[in-house]
Amino acid sequence: MVDIPEHLLQRSAEARAKALGISIEQAMAEMKGQSDPTIISKEPEVKVIDETPAPAAETPAPAAETPAPAAKTITPIKEEHAAETTEKVAAVKIEEKVPAAKTSPVVKTDAPDEVDFAPEVKVTQRLLTVVKAKPIQKPVKEPIDKVNTWPHLMLPEFVALMAMTAFLIFLSAILQAPLLEEANPNVTPNPAKAPWYFLGLQEMLSYWDPQIAGVMIPTVVGLILWMAFPYIDRNPETHPSKRKFAIMFYTFFLAGAGTLTIIGVLFRGPGWNWVYPWIDGIWFDDLLDWIHFE
Amino acid sequence: MSFRDRLKETRAKASDGFRGGKLMSSIFRPGSPFRKGYVDSPRNRSYVVMNNVLYHLHPVKVKRHGVRLSYTLCLGGLSFFLFIVLTITGIWLMFYFRPTELAYVDIQNLQTTIAFGSLVRNMHRWGAHLMVLVVFLHMSRVFYHGAYKAPREFNWVIGVILLLLTLLLSFTGYLLPWDQLAIWAVTVGGNMAGYVPVVGAQVKFGLFAGLEATTATLLRFYVLHVLFFPFIIVIFMAVHFWRVRKDGGISGPL
Repeated sequence: MVDIPEHLLQRSAEARAKALGISIEQAMAEMKGQSDPTIISKEPEVKVIDETPAPAAETPAPAAETPAPAAKTITPIKEEHAAETTEKVAAVKIEEKVPAAKTSPVVKTDAPDEVDFAPEVKVTQRLLTVVKAKPIQKPVKEPIDKVNTWPHLMLPEFVALMAMTAFLIFLSAILQAPLLEEANPNVTPNPAKAPWYFLGLQEMLSYWDPQIAGVMIPTVVGLILWMAFPYIDRNPETHPSKRKFAIMFYTFFLAGAGTLTIIGVLFRGPGWNWVYPWIDGIWFDDLLDWIHFE
Repeated sequence: MSFRDRLKETRAKASDGFRGGKLMSSIFRPGSPFRKGYVDSPRNRSYVVMNNVLYHLHPVKVKRHGVRLSYTLCLGGLSFFLFIVLTITGIWLMFYFRPTELAYVDIQNLQTTIAFGSLVRNMHRWGAHLMVLVVFLHMSRVFYHGAYKAPREFNWVIGVILLLLTLLLSFTGYLLPWDQLAIWAVTVGGNMAGYVPVVGAQVKFGLFAGLEATTATLLRFYVLHVLFFPFIIVIFMAVHFWRVRKDGGISGPL
């Protein structure tokens, strides 16, 4: 038989001790086969076993409480754990027969007094063996170290939101949004500049044909290639040292776009000619105009 | 029984009757502390956490490494938050702005006569620039972590669309002050669209509602800015956030 873990034996012994009204030590000893099992009076059942010990095995139908049907009920499991089940069946037969044989003399002498709290109590189950649990599903995922979203994520997020709000209000309080004179289609400023995030494009437009710089590069590179990037880069690695080309590619893109944008924003003057932003002093007069301390 | 005790009892009874009533049980889901018969049990505690409306955005639990501020820098959340700030300030600005010849006057009034007008306009403008920046930084963060890799490829695609929509929102808003900066920036941008092969002229005409930037363009950009693009971007944001969760939350550590 399979070795039964001590804590299960202990639990079983406690249950048995409670049911039979004996001490736990004794129940434990009985279960380990070190002492004779305590018997409780169960007249009807005992009689049945006494009268039909042999035929019960062949004709299980009429005698509902004979050991044979009990053994039968276990059989459906057989297919799965053939070896274990035969052991179980054997165990059932042995353990049921031993008390059956010894029943009649012992019963009426000493047992009834001890079980006065529940004279009808029947031992309907006992620990025969412990089948180790096998999961039906195989766990595919490794368990992940997780924490509760509240407060571990929500709190930092809240702080970030507050910080962003404070920063934005501070910025808005000291930095006045530009407002030039009213729109006039007849007066073209020189240079006319797009919003800063398009100035890299506008800078490229000054180098190449607008069909290439204004249309092909933004749509093909900027949109299609950009969206398709995860489908082009099939390298599953995420560590930077194992995807050097991708990292390099993006960094070059960042550097290029950044350089073009900075040139477009700061270094382009009238006629889209190169100017140095510090030509009128390093303090960026335009920027100072925007800032107002009141 | 003292008066105080009776008062206490009456109040408890009334409170129970109200909290156990149909109205409160219809508002608060099972396990809510606002319902009648709430007891401080582990089951109810977990209900309080799990039935929270905020967990439509976040799961109940997140990976421990994802909570580290240095991993995400909160950039995605801040993008969303800036969008909310822009929505709120934008709705406020809509009360004082007419997309007509009066647009410039309205902006001047906002800056000079309307309480907090200057502050809210500044918040809207700098917030918009910040959002472009933060969305771009968010994309860069995702790229450097390789967070666009399977199974998150499609969410990257949605992210690029969101970046494009952010730029379009910012660009359409750029015209609304109706000053020299606005009209000429949009003229330059619109002229770039005119270089589209085959249908360039049509695209430019559609964008400007004419051959050049006029008040008709202003109205067109206004509607695109306050209604059309926000509508589209909210749909894409919903899919984006949903995919973040469906693809297994935040990506793994490097």
